[in-house]
Amino acid sequence: MIYDKSLGSRIFNLINGTLLAIIALLCLLPFVHVIGSSLATNAEIAARKFMLVPTEFTFDAYRYIFSTNNITRSLLISVVVTLGGTLWSMFFSVMTAYGLSRKDILGRRFILFLFVFTMLFNGGMIPTFIVVQKTGLMNTLWALIIPGTINVFNMIILRTFFQNLPDGLEESAKIDGANDFGILFRIVIPCSMPVIATISLFYAVTYWNTYMNAILYLNDASQWPVQVWLRQIVVLASGLNYDGSIYNDTPPPAQSVKMATIVVASLPIILVYPFLQKHFTKGALLGSIKA
Amino acid sequence: MSGTARMMRNLARNKWIYLMILPGLVYIIIYKYIPMYGLLISFQNYKPYRGISGSDWVGLAHFERLFNSPDFWMIFSNTLILFVLQLIFYFPVPIILALMLNEVRSVVYQRTIQSIIYLPHFMSWVVVVSISYVMLTMDGGIINGLIESLGYEKMNFLLSPEWFRPMYIIQVIWREAGWGTIVFLAAIAAVDPQLYEAAKMDGANRLRQMWHITLPAIRNVIVILLILKIGDILELGFEHVYLLLNATNREVAEIFDTYVYVTGIQQGQYSYSTAVGFFKGFVGLIMVIFANWLAKKYGEEGIY
Repeated sequence: MIYDKSLGSRIFNLINGTLLAIIALLCLLPFVHVIGSSLATNAEIAARKFMLVPTEFTFDAYRYIFSTNNITRSLLISVVVTLGGTLWSMFFSVMTAYGLSRKDILGRRFILFLFVFTMLFNGGMIPTFIVVQKTGLMNTLWALIIPGTINVFNMIILRTFFQNLPDGLEESAKIDGANDFGILFRIVIPCSMPVIATISLFYAVTYWNTYMNAILYLNDASQWPVQVWLRQIVVLASGLNYDGSIYNDTPPPAQSVKMATIVVASLPIILVYPFLQKHFTKGALLGSIKA
Repeated sequence: MSGTARMMRNLARNKWIYLMILPGLVYIIIYKYIPMYGLLISFQNYKPYRGISGSDWVGLAHFERLFNSPDFWMIFSNTLILFVLQLIFYFPVPIILALMLNEVRSVVYQRTIQSIIYLPHFMSWVVVVSISYVMLTMDGGIINGLIESLGYEKMNFLLSPEWFRPMYIIQVIWREAGWGTIVFLAAIAAVDPQLYEAAKMDGANRLRQMWHITLPAIRNVIVILLILKIGDILELGFEHVYLLLNATNREVAEIFDTYVYVTGIQQGQYSYSTAVGFFKGFVGLIMVIFANWLAKKYGEEGIY
């Protein structure tokens, strides 16, 4: 397409570009403010209202939150749940998706319907809570993982991808005498790395951000993932000295501690984001087109 | 060959495939379908130690209690108002953003903006609400700092009911608007470039091209998404609303999901809260089916 280079068009570009830059800044500035304040000294936070980049950097707030055990432990729990949960969910989602992508399976449409229907209707919070209780998951980290084993939406994206793989791939392996598990793990999965990566990321973000299941199923504060602690510290503010620990004589102001907690609860995602952004959007598009 | 024999042969040939599907099937039966069976407790006075088979049946008593409760109209109107506010203030934003992004001529600039505005979508609601809290608090928050330096009185955003709805909507826009552009950008990418050439010949400027070509070209996608949004009328996000809910804003912030949590988990009224959840789920299902029917009628493929 040849672009029109008239004055009007240039003014349009300028205005449009500027507006978009402002919008992008609105998305970004809260992060900059929070990260900046988490690194600022007590005096500077009190003196300056509009904090983006502090003039004097200090890690006091971080030193403080990592000295309280709660955050360190909850970060560890979140890492374990994210890694373990993603592996667990991918294992079952891939198997189910691959099985349902095969055409000569009896009752395939019915089984698929059973999965899709759970997206439209479910038992709701309380009956699910009772089942989680009865299956012995209460107050174990499994309660954050098992109830969300398969996200039907993710499973269907995987299934669509497997369905579009060329048939010859499986045929040749079958001739070589591989069974279906061999085909799935040695041929289909290596050929599907883009979609495997995308869906793994979707699961990982969900597990890292898990909050509702934690407040429903974990009563013991020592098992809380980082999101629950974040809420405790920022929204309820009182959770700060939960374990009674005190950081030297003058603890930093609550504000910078809150900021630092927000940073550690979102940093893993912000750090991996630039590398994964391409995959995320691809997956979202796949999802919006759907099966 | 008889049907049974054919079935046996299929089972034998695909035994590993059936074995692969089995765990997933067991999972949805236990964690999705048994809870649906558990909805029966909304017609009982469920006692955990007695189970469903041992608890007394009470018919529609819990539903009657719900509909006669003043709480019902509160949560019903709160839900509806938040939905309407989303429709008015959130829904158009991704469309406008997509139109603006489409007009950017530099690919690098466009990608950079996209990367930035997608980011908030990956933040948990806890992080989004926490960022709002630290910025809005009267005790050293940046917003109140600005208000004060402009010579006005500090405002108690977090504890006043009238600020709950604006805060909810702004947070939804901040987190989701960028990500929401993806589907519209995909639709815009499919527009025939010749249409723009023709419009240019006719002397249409860029704004007019946007209005007369791009927007009509994605009208179908807009209508479908609008219809599907109606299907989600009751899905306002438990986590998000629950995080904003406090004793002072309950009259405007309590919605079905948070009400179920409070009456069920916190107060232990299992049967009553299940009835509330059942009502919500049932209405939601009807709305989704209706929305899908409407979408099909509109001439596009249904979603389910």
